[in-house]
Amino acid sequence: MKVEQIAIFLENRSGRLAEITAILAENGINIRALSLADTADFGILRLIVNDNDKAKKILKENGFTVGKTEVLVVEVPDHPGGLAGTLKVIKAANLNVEYMYAFAQRSGQTGLIIFRFDEVDLAIAALQKAGLRILTGEEVYAI
Amino acid sequence: MIFSDQETLSRDQLQILQLDRLQKLVARVYEKVPYYKGKMDAAGVVPQDIKTLEDIRKLPFTTKEDLRKNYPFGLFTVPMDDVVRVHASSGTTGKPTVVGYTKEDIKLWAGLMARSLSAAGVTKSDMIQNAYGYGLFTGGLGAHYGAEELGATVIPISGGQTKRQITIMQDFGSTVLLSTPSYALNLAEAIADAGIDPASLALKVGIFGAEPWSENMREELERKLSLKAIDIYGLSEIIGPGVAVGCIEEQKGLHIFEDHFLPEIVDRDTFEPLAVGEEGELVFTTLTKTAFPVIRYRTKDISRLIDTPCSCGRSFMRMPKVTGRTDDMLIIRGVNVFPSQIEHVLMSVEGVEPHYQIIVDRQGSMDTMEVQVEVSESVFSDEIKKLEGLSKRIQAEIKDLIGSSCKISLVEPKTIARSEGKAQRVIDKRKI
Repeated sequence: MKVEQIAIFLENRSGRLAEITAILAENGINIRALSLADTADFGILRLIVNDNDKAKKILKENGFTVGKTEVLVVEVPDHPGGLAGTLKVIKAANLNVEYMYAFAQRSGQTGLIIFRFDEVDLAIAALQKAGLRILTGEEVYAI
Repeated sequence: MIFSDQETLSRDQLQILQLDRLQKLVARVYEKVPYYKGKMDAAGVVPQDIKTLEDIRKLPFTTKEDLRKNYPFGLFTVPMDDVVRVHASSGTTGKPTVVGYTKEDIKLWAGLMARSLSAAGVTKSDMIQNAYGYGLFTGGLGAHYGAEELGATVIPISGGQTKRQITIMQDFGSTVLLSTPSYALNLAEAIADAGIDPASLALKVGIFGAEPWSENMREELERKLSLKAIDIYGLSEIIGPGVAVGCIEEQKGLHIFEDHFLPEIVDRDTFEPLAVGEEGELVFTTLTKTAFPVIRYRTKDISRLIDTPCSCGRSFMRMPKVTGRTDDMLIIRGVNVFPSQIEHVLMSVEGVEPHYQIIVDRQGSMDTMEVQVEVSESVFSDEIKKLEGLSKRIQAEIKDLIGSSCKISLVEPKTIARSEGKAQRVIDKRKI
């Protein structure tokens, strides 16, 4: 259920993101989902890739600070109100979303939302109870 | 203007006076202060060994560490009944340094400050706006008593309240401004912002000290405040302001009041005495103070001695403006900051890497301090609020310790240059 995501600390310096993507490319790592959170002083790059362990190892070797987090990837119907319905479930269960980002599938009728919850297990239970599908790591890495 | 005849003594007369005072001082501290006696015994020197002024070299140095070991009153040579005032440093690097004065010491100090003001061209007809801080810091009260001794009118306004300073300057017709050079620049900018022509003010002289400043800064202050800027030097361990002062005639170097303070310049690494003209660490022996005399106090300030005559007629040697120190102390907005304090704060935050750098700069007349901290895996989080919380926490703890705020920048690991020898913790971009 839980999907591994890596997060990388970035100073606000030009070219840093280009360096990371180049390193990943050289090592044959494919990015599945990406989100960049930025502040005036620094940024956090969050990635789901096809091989998290390898990506983490390589980035660390290149001097980056890398963290690993578990997130949930939830299928949301790709029509108006699809996301609203999901968030209603989350609200009803009193779950706190730390952050979220989305990506659409190349084919199919659903969008995918990546959620970072404080209480992952409670979130899984609530979402499943509402009949929402949570993707497994294997499914996500292989997208 | 020469305030005291002693300022024009011939070198021979001065040296006779100095030797007599030195011998009496050494005998007194040997007798009164067990700590000094212990240090002299360990160095194998007794008061009778001081036969010439050069013999001062036989005496051990006194350092801030010695003062700390004897906190608060251990180096006083008189009973507390005879001490009428104490001043203290801020104690930012540990125990504060406490200094004491007898009634005679206060009088002596006031006389020295009156001399200093006089050297700067101040007379009893002047209106002195004293914007040095009043309190445990020696600047405010030291200057205040000197101004009264001279017979001038003092406005004891202390630092801050910039708008009020300007109003008073206009309404009272202040002719002399006493403050730190950075605060004077602050005032100058506020005067300009208020659309006031500095030439419309009555200011003629500014006496600035207590922090390093440059000749460029002098020119700027003279232009922006429409006055003559005079340097003053002193430190609480010696007496406070009034150890040395520039003269209005030349404005080149500060005359050291050698009849009261015996200066030496020593090599900054070996502490061996250096000849006149050579640059090194300034060392002072107080020849006439009673409650808290110091022998060969290492100031950590870098300067040199100039013995060429000055057109003002004072026979005392001069020292150029102090612009550097032998230790890594920073003066940021008038506050003493040691990188070790910042390090202490950082190290107390779990997971913070020992790699940091302090970048000091000046924006307008304000000093700025940025602390760059490398983000290790153990403090890193994928959540912005946690990283921002970390930087806020460090900021608050630094402010708590040094009383001055700074910017915290989280940086990637290994981005702070590693040095092979002593780490360069501080990058000071200020032009001093």
